[in-house]
Amino acid sequence: MLGPVLETLIGGLMTGVLYSLVALGFVLIFKASGVFNFAQGAMVLFAALSFARLSEAMPLVLAFVLSVLIMIALAYAIEFLVLRRLVNQEGIILFMATLGIAYFLEGFGQSIWGSDIYKIGLGLPTNPIFILESVFPGGLLIDPAELIAAIICAVMVLVLAVFFQVTRVGRALRAVADDHQAAQSVGIPLNRIWLMVWAVSGLVALVAGMMWGAKLGVQFSLSLIALKALPVLILGGLTSIPGAIVGGLIIGAGEKLAEVLLAPVLVRTFDLAGGGIENWFAYVLALVFLLVRPQGLFGERIIERV
Amino acid sequence: MLYREVGQFKTSYGADQAIFPIAQDRWFVFALIAFAFLAVPLFAGQYLYTEVLIPVLILSIAAIGLNILTGYCGQLSLGSGGFMAVGAYAAYNLALRLPQTNIILVFLFAGIMAMLVGILFGLPSLRIKGFYLAVATLASQFFLEWAFARVKWFTNYAPSGSVAVGRIELFGIAIDTPVKTYIFVLAMTVVLALAAKNLVRGRMGRMWMATRDMDIAAEIIGIRPLHAKLSAFAVSSFYIGVAGALWGFLRLGSWEPLAFDVNRSFQVLFMIIIGGLGTILGSFLGAAFIVLLPIVLNQLPAWLGIAMSTAMISHIEFMLFGAIIVLFLIAEPLGLARLWAIAKEKLRLWPFPY
Amino acid sequence: MRAPSGRDIAAGEVLLAVENVSLAFGGVKAISDVSFDIRRGEIRAIIGPNGAGKTSLLNVINGFYHPQQGRITFKGRPRSAMRPYEAALGGIARTFQNVALFKGMTALDNIMAGRALKMRRGFFWQLLWIGPALAEEIEQRRRVEEIIDFLKIQHVRKIQVGKLPYGLQKRVELGRALAMEPDLLLLDEPMAGMNLEEKEDMSRFILDVNAYYGTTIALIEHDMGVVMDLSDRVLVLDHGVKIADGVPAEVQSNQAVIDAYLGLSH
Repeated sequence: MLGPVLETLIGGLMTGVLYSLVALGFVLIFKASGVFNFAQGAMVLFAALSFARLSEAMPLVLAFVLSVLIMIALAYAIEFLVLRRLVNQEGIILFMATLGIAYFLEGFGQSIWGSDIYKIGLGLPTNPIFILESVFPGGLLIDPAELIAAIICAVMVLVLAVFFQVTRVGRALRAVADDHQAAQSVGIPLNRIWLMVWAVSGLVALVAGMMWGAKLGVQFSLSLIALKALPVLILGGLTSIPGAIVGGLIIGAGEKLAEVLLAPVLVRTFDLAGGGIENWFAYVLALVFLLVRPQGLFGERIIERV
Repeated sequence: MLYREVGQFKTSYGADQAIFPIAQDRWFVFALIAFAFLAVPLFAGQYLYTEVLIPVLILSIAAIGLNILTGYCGQLSLGSGGFMAVGAYAAYNLALRLPQTNIILVFLFAGIMAMLVGILFGLPSLRIKGFYLAVATLASQFFLEWAFARVKWFTNYAPSGSVAVGRIELFGIAIDTPVKTYIFVLAMTVVLALAAKNLVRGRMGRMWMATRDMDIAAEIIGIRPLHAKLSAFAVSSFYIGVAGALWGFLRLGSWEPLAFDVNRSFQVLFMIIIGGLGTILGSFLGAAFIVLLPIVLNQLPAWLGIAMSTAMISHIEFMLFGAIIVLFLIAEPLGLARLWAIAKEKLRLWPFPY
Repeated sequence: MRAPSGRDIAAGEVLLAVENVSLAFGGVKAISDVSFDIRRGEIRAIIGPNGAGKTSLLNVINGFYHPQQGRITFKGRPRSAMRPYEAALGGIARTFQNVALFKGMTALDNIMAGRALKMRRGFFWQLLWIGPALAEEIEQRRRVEEIIDFLKIQHVRKIQVGKLPYGLQKRVELGRALAMEPDLLLLDEPMAGMNLEEKEDMSRFILDVNAYYGTTIALIEHDMGVVMDLSDRVLVLDHGVKIADGVPAEVQSNQAVIDAYLGLSH
């Protein structure tokens, strides 16, 4: 019994790392501009689509470089067309604007690149690896592709975390998140900062898109992965990079474990038509968490002053 | 010039607080309602009823509901689809198990069930605000979606997972033609809209708007946050539940939980953003916009003589939705309702420039 | 709901008594062992250099902050830690340094919102509008119009407050507080950011409110001239500690007060 549970746990943790990467894109933008970028999922999809289609026609490395350029161009467009015109609007307006951007990107991406399911061939090994064969009969199954994806994501997350904490630019970004107008008035180049942050977020989205796309195939439902990243943000705290990591791991593992352990119990007790708890477990978990600790594990306390 | 208020003095506070203090507005709305009830049935064809009028009216009710919660009370909710589902399935189960129940009671029941669920899922709003609350409402959305798909009792153990309803009847009259359905839905919409308008212009509306604008200050003048937020959730969910039941019974006829998925939630949210947050009129305008846009887009390539696949049309629809939302937020965050108000302002002076 | 009903207090008797109240945030002591009282019908000024803890003191009276030590007695009844709306129920109204109006609503609606506690007509009457709900609405409107007349803001009552100039916003906020018919009115720097003319108007309003409605007023203010002219008694705080308490003339000549303002004591 322990064997399968551990397997699920490991699988869940690895999925969790992928969630963290998507959540990271959110956190970056939120930290730097106070904008809750609902379009992150659409960006992941758009990036993945670009890479998938480009890599059909050219070597992977070239496709990657071009995709990066495309995401930078996208960041430019978003900053110029949308963000610049909504400076210092209330958060909810900016959030709804990103909702609009999300819809636009989904339509745009699919009209340019097509809406079939595309494969991303990254050349990752597919033969399963078995570990701990001495402890558990047959060993625990690990998918090497997922493992590599998880490692790549973990590296990216660490690099970005360090970047934010240590460098001058990182600190400036944190200042901007607090108050746009104030930051502008002390000479921080708001537009350039936003541009950089959205570009980095785009890069993050690209890597996430590549990893998820290799796992699931690139299709429309990829943008829904972003919806999964939201509970991660809640758990970790909207402004925290370590929070995105920890939150991702907890949600990834928790989800899978719930499906394997909790779902059968529920199905038996309530005579349900199948499990599928994964659809909402992460959210309910995050919700319960929110009630206890509204700012998330590592988020900043929201102090209301009068 | 047409729209002058000159000479219209209100001699009592009651008159000042009327829904349409200006006489021209009053006449316009009465005429519009009379037209809707009496004139439209004379010329409208089936397509207009089933694809335009009925969807717009039902979705307006949902939009009014969400507007009360998000527009007036400032509680962002992405769970409208789920509450519509509650209404639809509640109505279905009541009609199924107690077939003799009057249809009005069935829809009322749908609203009440949705209201109770709404209050439950609205409790977190006492601790959580803003985006966090939006994510929490997604929890309710996904959970409810799942519940109606998996808990077999809700769908009466249907193997396919979808449910179907027959035609309904009101006091012995079968509502089986598009015209009758339209009149029924129109009547419900008018009553519900009037009730909503009455709520928002009185003390409850002020309570909600105060909570939205500055809930700390609201508390200081004696408005209990619990009361304000939960009442908003309650009323809002009631409306959305009724809309869901109407949608299932009179628009779809048969449905699966997918009809009320997260995309539906977004659709209703878009309606109130484009139509105008915090206005009743905006709910109607937004609903009309969202319903008509895909129809126009579908016909457009044919009119222009361009060949386009349905998939492509759907992509362009997405793009246009997104672009229009962003445009509205940049240019006129107060939505179509504000544009309408500005137009009326201009009419005051027309044809003079100032 | 614990509404401190208390007993009726006659003019001149103690309406609010603050005893040995201390308040700290984390390690920072905002208020240390402060005691004073406010008598019914008087205008009480609370002054002190910046950071003295004046706003924190109002926040404690209001129910925003809960003191770690000390006791507050209102209308003869000791008060346990309460939420702001309970303070409102008890008859305490408040204005803020940064105008805390409902920016999305008109001036009239803001003041009508202040009548929230007085409006009782139930939900179903609200749905119907015609009938008791409308009658109540009209009755409240009448009273609110009295306040609007009193504060001379008739010309802007239908304008969204976000669009009003600062001075008028402050008046609307005062109107909203008055609409609560409070026993105790707390004003946090009501004259901040005003020019001389606006200050004179506001001073007259405050005096009129006190004379006409009999409202007891506690105000925080920096303008010494205003304080000396308006108030019956003055409380002086510095770094969270009470350093003087008496009639304006006494306080004005108090050496400790002068030192505090000139920064000599630290």
